[in-house]
Amino acid sequence: MSTQDKRLLLLHEQDNVLVCCQNIPAGSELLIEGKPVVLSTAVELGHKLARRDIAVAEKIARYGLPIGSATQAIRCGQQVHTHNMKSDYLASHHRDAVEGHT
Amino acid sequence: MNANAMPELRGYLRSDGRKGIRNVVLVAYLVECAHHVARQIVNRADHPDVQLIGFPGCYPNDYALKLMKRLCTHPNVAGVLLVSLGCEGFNRDALNAEIAATGRPVKNLIIQQSGGTRTTIDEGTRWIQEARKQVAGIAPVPMALDELVVATICGGSDGTSGISANPAVGHCFDRLVAAGATCIFEETGELIGCEQIMAERAVTPELGEEIQACVDKAARYYTTMGYGSFAPGNADGGLSTIEEKSLGAYMKSGASPISGIIKPGDFAPAGGGLYLMDVVPDGEVRFGFPNISDNAEIVEMIASGAHMTLFTTGRGSVVGSAISPVIKVCANPDTYERMTEDMDINAGRILHGEASPDEVGQEIYMQVIDIARGQATKSEDLGHQEFILTYKHFDALGPACLPRR
Repeated sequence: MSTQDKRLLLLHEQDNVLVCCQNIPAGSELLIEGKPVVLSTAVELGHKLARRDIAVAEKIARYGLPIGSATQAIRCGQQVHTHNMKSDYLASHHRDAVEGHT
Repeated sequence: MNANAMPELRGYLRSDGRKGIRNVVLVAYLVECAHHVARQIVNRADHPDVQLIGFPGCYPNDYALKLMKRLCTHPNVAGVLLVSLGCEGFNRDALNAEIAATGRPVKNLIIQQSGGTRTTIDEGTRWIQEARKQVAGIAPVPMALDELVVATICGGSDGTSGISANPAVGHCFDRLVAAGATCIFEETGELIGCEQIMAERAVTPELGEEIQACVDKAARYYTTMGYGSFAPGNADGGLSTIEEKSLGAYMKSGASPISGIIKPGDFAPAGGGLYLMDVVPDGEVRFGFPNISDNAEIVEMIASGAHMTLFTTGRGSVVGSAISPVIKVCANPDTYERMTEDMDINAGRILHGEASPDEVGQEIYMQVIDIARGQATKSEDLGHQEFILTYKHFDALGPACLPRR
């Protein structure tokens, strides 16, 4: 599909995120749904970018299924990760987590 | 080999009718206090088919006894040396009797009676030499693909796992199930968010309800523990939530109908099919996390008869296992480049557009056959024989878990 960058993978028509299939440096120009976007931060292989603008509390969809919801408004082409989305089941923990708290 | 022809395997026939693809002699310590002696016996044997397993606790546990019975009578196992300290709580007589009833050579050394460390190591070394001679005489017989039990697990998942390695294993599972083999997938704590779509694949509506209930149980259990089954490395690799990790993990199960639920050490009914293993303990939360690391899950599927495990990894795991070989399927092309020496299959090619999940699935299927015929996996070659068994509690399976066919 010529409207989509080859470095980005759309897994399902209903998804609002795209998956990077290689490391993409900051400042790279990407084509998302025919729209040119400049990447503000480097994004690594396996990470996700917003396919369109996403509103606060909107479900994030990958594989056509919900994988959590947005904790803030996300612009098309921004990285979608733990800083701007959360689980609707169990919070994800980090290495600096205190036992029993996430 | 023609991929459509039913390939013939070779297996070691055991007294219960099951066949093994390996002919291992185990040395099993029955409390941590006997670990060193058992390990020295294995080190002295210095042979890939003499392997160490064990249970560290001094308190008895029904689950641990059941799993040790299943593991010591696994078709890949030809004989067992049990090593006790003497005062521990493990029911060594029950385990010994279970193994002896199968006709396998078995011996229980009790360090406190043998005279101590060196004496027991010497006695154990002599016994292993005799047992090795005895089991070397077991000739392999023809084995069909539908006699094979294959497990799958993911470890060190990242954002690529659900796109490349996991769907490829799913395709391989579909082929194996179609050929009549038994396939097991697991870790209900990593299927959170998939319960609805998974329940729809159950062979009966009642089984579908049981599937939903066991994922609910996992979510409750992990909520009490304070953590989901989600490691910091998962986030480093691009996964943001447990449900994102779960949906990726779920791809390993393929598209076959789900024939039933089993718990660790339960056998799937004859006739093959796809089974979900419920690994999260029943009842109130006790003994800690359901599975403290990947090998705990691998051991549970081996206890249910798995001849080998398909292990998908994005971040790059290196583990193998005692008893049953582990085939490593690498999801991430960068990880594969870095860790080729540990990886059997490069599923990262899918992300570069060089292969489809179906093609890699076929490659894994062919690998399964080669490994079943005796070829060593990378982790076997490297000497990986990880093993871990800890405390758990399970209730018996409900009647809806294994629908009659």
